[in-house]
Amino acid sequence: MSVSYRVPGKGRLTQAKTARFTFDDQSYSGVAGDTLASALLANGVHLVGRSFKYHRPRGILSAGAEEPNALVGIHRDAARKTPNVRATVQELYDGLAAVSQNRWPSLSFDVGAVNDLASPFFSAGFYYKTFMWPKAAWKSLYEPKIREAAGLGVSPELPDPDHYAARFAHCEVLVLGGGAAGIAAALAAAETGVRVILADEQADFGGALRFESGSVIDGQNGWDWAQASVAKLAAMENVRVLSRTTAFGYYAQNFVGLVERVSDHMQAPHPDLPRERLWQVRAKRVVIATGAIERHMVFADNDRPGVMLASAARAYLNHYGVAVGRNVGVYTANDSAYAAAIDLKKAGVNIAAIVDLRDNPAGSIIDEARAMGIEIHGGRAVVRVGGKLRVTSMTVQPKNGGGERTIPVDAVLMSAGWTPSVHLFSQSRGKVAFNDEVKRFLPGTYAQDCVSAGACNGTDGLSACLDEAYAAGVKAAKDAGGKAAKSTKPKVEASESWSRGMLGAAPGAGPGTTVKAFVDFQNDVTAKDIRQAVHEGMRSIEHVKRFTTNGMATDQGKTSNMHGLAIAADELGKQIPEVGLTTFRAPYTPVTFGSIVGHARGKLFDPTRRTATHGWAERNGAVFEDVGQWKRAWYFPKSGEDIHASVNRECVTVRKTAGLFDASTLGKIEVVGPDAAKFMELLYTNPWEKLEVGRCRYGVMLREDGFIYDDGVVGRLAADRFHVTTTTGGAARVMNHMEDYLQTEFPHLNVWLTSISEQWAVIAVQGPKSRDIIAPLLEGIDISDAAMPHMSVREGKICGVPTRLFRMSFSGERGFEVNVPADYGEAVWEALWAEGQKHGACAYGTETMHVLRAEKGYIIVGQDTDGTVTPDDAALGWAVGKKKTDFVGIRGLKRPDLVAKGRKQLVGLKTKDPNVVLEEGAQIVADPKQPIPMKMLGHVTSSYWSENCGRSIALALVAGGQDRMGETLYVPMPDSTIEVEVTGLVFFDEKGEHLNG
Amino acid sequence: MLLIHCPYCEEERPEIEFRNAGEAHIARPSDIASISDADFEKFFFIRDNTKGLVYERWRHVHGCARFFNAVRDSVSDKFVMTYKAGEPKPKKLPGAGK
Repeated sequence: MSVSYRVPGKGRLTQAKTARFTFDDQSYSGVAGDTLASALLANGVHLVGRSFKYHRPRGILSAGAEEPNALVGIHRDAARKTPNVRATVQELYDGLAAVSQNRWPSLSFDVGAVNDLASPFFSAGFYYKTFMWPKAAWKSLYEPKIREAAGLGVSPELPDPDHYAARFAHCEVLVLGGGAAGIAAALAAAETGVRVILADEQADFGGALRFESGSVIDGQNGWDWAQASVAKLAAMENVRVLSRTTAFGYYAQNFVGLVERVSDHMQAPHPDLPRERLWQVRAKRVVIATGAIERHMVFADNDRPGVMLASAARAYLNHYGVAVGRNVGVYTANDSAYAAAIDLKKAGVNIAAIVDLRDNPAGSIIDEARAMGIEIHGGRAVVRVGGKLRVTSMTVQPKNGGGERTIPVDAVLMSAGWTPSVHLFSQSRGKVAFNDEVKRFLPGTYAQDCVSAGACNGTDGLSACLDEAYAAGVKAAKDAGGKAAKSTKPKVEASESWSRGMLGAAPGAGPGTTVKAFVDFQNDVTAKDIRQAVHEGMRSIEHVKRFTTNGMATDQGKTSNMHGLAIAADELGKQIPEVGLTTFRAPYTPVTFGSIVGHARGKLFDPTRRTATHGWAERNGAVFEDVGQWKRAWYFPKSGEDIHASVNRECVTVRKTAGLFDASTLGKIEVVGPDAAKFMELLYTNPWEKLEVGRCRYGVMLREDGFIYDDGVVGRLAADRFHVTTTTGGAARVMNHMEDYLQTEFPHLNVWLTSISEQWAVIAVQGPKSRDIIAPLLEGIDISDAAMPHMSVREGKICGVPTRLFRMSFSGERGFEVNVPADYGEAVWEALWAEGQKHGACAYGTETMHVLRAEKGYIIVGQDTDGTVTPDDAALGWAVGKKKTDFVGIRGLKRPDLVAKGRKQLVGLKTKDPNVVLEEGAQIVADPKQPIPMKMLGHVTSSYWSENCGRSIALALVAGGQDRMGETLYVPMPDSTIEVEVTGLVFFDEKGEHLNG
Repeated sequence: MLLIHCPYCEEERPEIEFRNAGEAHIARPSDIASISDADFEKFFFIRDNTKGLVYERWRHVHGCARFFNAVRDSVSDKFVMTYKAGEPKPKKLPGAGK
């Protein structure tokens, strides 16, 4: 295949710099600087894909981001297969491999195209109406089949090997769009010295200057002026110029999301380069200069490959040096297509005819075309085109009917006019207003500190656009604090100007016709579909849109919205503003998940918190579990042990000799100040004023509604100083809860709160030998039972470092919790471990800690409580100070429901078969023979095998549980019903003798 | 992402530094232990959830950690103003009467 549509001497690419690529395994040659689309066109390839619903052959419509048709897969390697890449945006690199989508077995012969013949059955709302009956078929037949057939492209099957970067940036003036207007605005703002960011989605700046051959600015060709101006901007210290960067979302307070495609255009990107970079920019002022997008004409078979936008054909010629055909027809309703015809004609391409819907087109550009000998048919319409895989002819008819004439062509250029890109303005919550004279929506009421300039603001003509944009840049900079600067406003010496156009279906595709005149190419929506939606009762454009899916594809209706709206309005007999415009939503163009996720995946998805002894635990074979962000040692298996064997051994060892446990993850808060005790009285149910210095108390914290919020042991270090512990999971919210009350309800209290969770490592030494283990390492603390009874706290030194030593127990055994500064945590642990070895102590993990505490009936807030449990429910009524006149939750506890009989109360459960271990969360019933749904009395909250008890044990919340002691209840499970007996909460050492054992 | 003016830091900072803390100007009764069920219900459970201007509590949790109050439009999300905890509801809002 050596056909070349490259035109010698045309375009801005260096034609000697070739790049090889494949499309559906066929090899082609392109030129450095090509897009995949321009390279395919240069090889005479127009057919590049099949449409979504009807599988119609599709070509290349545009030369930019608005492309609805030319979606391809780009395959770099097994893990890098990107579907739905717009060929008009993908830059060519040597070795690029692209594949067409939505076809089988091949692009030119696609079995799915039967949908096109069956299209009368597939009209708008087809899915809603057809797959309703029989009901059972939806799940088994329709849904899976529709799912299989739906969608475009194939997702990659391997994890994304690329990385994605993210940056935050601030600037005074952010300019969105780097066409002539954007560049002028950026120049004006930059001269004042303020920080400016200029972003454009294309590889090169210049926007419409890419194809406008007639513009001259400051004595240079428009394109050259754009490149020189951007080079000047890029060299300025206060300016950041971002190419290949799309502003996809405009959020509150001038917060704009941009995505920069860093390496998709490179042949072999350096592994250090991110694929994309997300920019989150906060700008004092934003200048929106997003230009306008050309609309297609809506006529029969306007989707045939070779039928494209006039401006696109011009861009392919003037920038890429590619002719889109050799014998080209033009169908237009405005002037701009004439410029395309003239440029192509000058490049040696035959212009078969210009068909102009306007009756007597007049003006200099029309005269110029006529003078070049181009045939112009005014007041006529193209009513259909011939050809299937490629357009072969266009059939012309007077627009009010009459004789037809068929003209052979190999491409048709069309232009219905230009739609201002108000997407970002609309996303900023600005309200668009319909300008009836020019039939377009323009920025109306602004909601943020931004301004639109140039074609996106409905300004016609290069000179007017530049004036407006320059002034906008000056004002934006001034408003953002810029200094006055000497104006170097660009001077436009020659330009092109376009006007008007048409909206809606062209003649031959109007009411009463059933031809396939596409409005939305990507979602296969025709003019007829939109009229049908109106006939079926849709009145609002929002309903029409959802019924037909017009504008709902990934191109977001950039070319289709206005046509669809006009057709609906016409059918409804209403004016366009009465029918309304659909809301523009982010993203402007599709954004990869990778760019949104950025670095936050894998190990960086969430912070990992490790305690001071983590390394020791790792070296000693600990298996870890995740507790929130913490990694906690779960159990310490010896060789050959599974979790059960390990936990059984650890449980027995702690009660026989001793065990070491890292309790550092507990939340710790220091409550300090003259009013510290008063504050504690208000935040906890217990009394604190009379707690002696050096003593500890188990505290219960409620919410105002009377339910348990947290618990923990509190030590009084001094009259004005409490060392408060919280649950591991509650650390942050308890701190927030305390601060909230201190700052807003009790600000008269002189108290300081300090989180000390990270500052102290906590090593629990539990078991009958615990005192013997720590004694040799202590300085200055008498730990005899007389000097330091259970529930007391002392300050002194251990291993020469400061310690807060708590005598307390979460195992029921004699126990200590050794608090040391976190930096010394591992060293002190090692010393304690060495002492422990002499006594046969073990290291134990969270699983054993859980079993030991359950054997003693100690609750875990969040496991045995769920936010609806009161102290009484949890058998902790003794912890509520009966004489207290106020504490958080005091009133909540008196609510009728909280004092009512029959509340769920925490009890113990013993299975009748001691070897059966209940499932946590299992439901409990009184009568297992009752019909389903059964009346459930409660559920199992904690359940373990207890080696120390030689049987299973469980805690449960059971309605009226305290009055059911000794009762037999039932736990129905899928395969059997388990009989249980209601017992007290304490399964081991009921008298509590081990605390001093 | 919104910018929120912290009345203690006297700076506009991004929303991710803050946490909403519910409706403002609901004082805990000083005699809470003795109020009626109806009064407790009103104090603890009932919230206005207004469409339009709302008075909210926010905390600059990843900044100065102070709680403060804000007037915000629940339709546009816009912050009208912020002020320190304990200060009364502002009588006049910026931009009002224009």
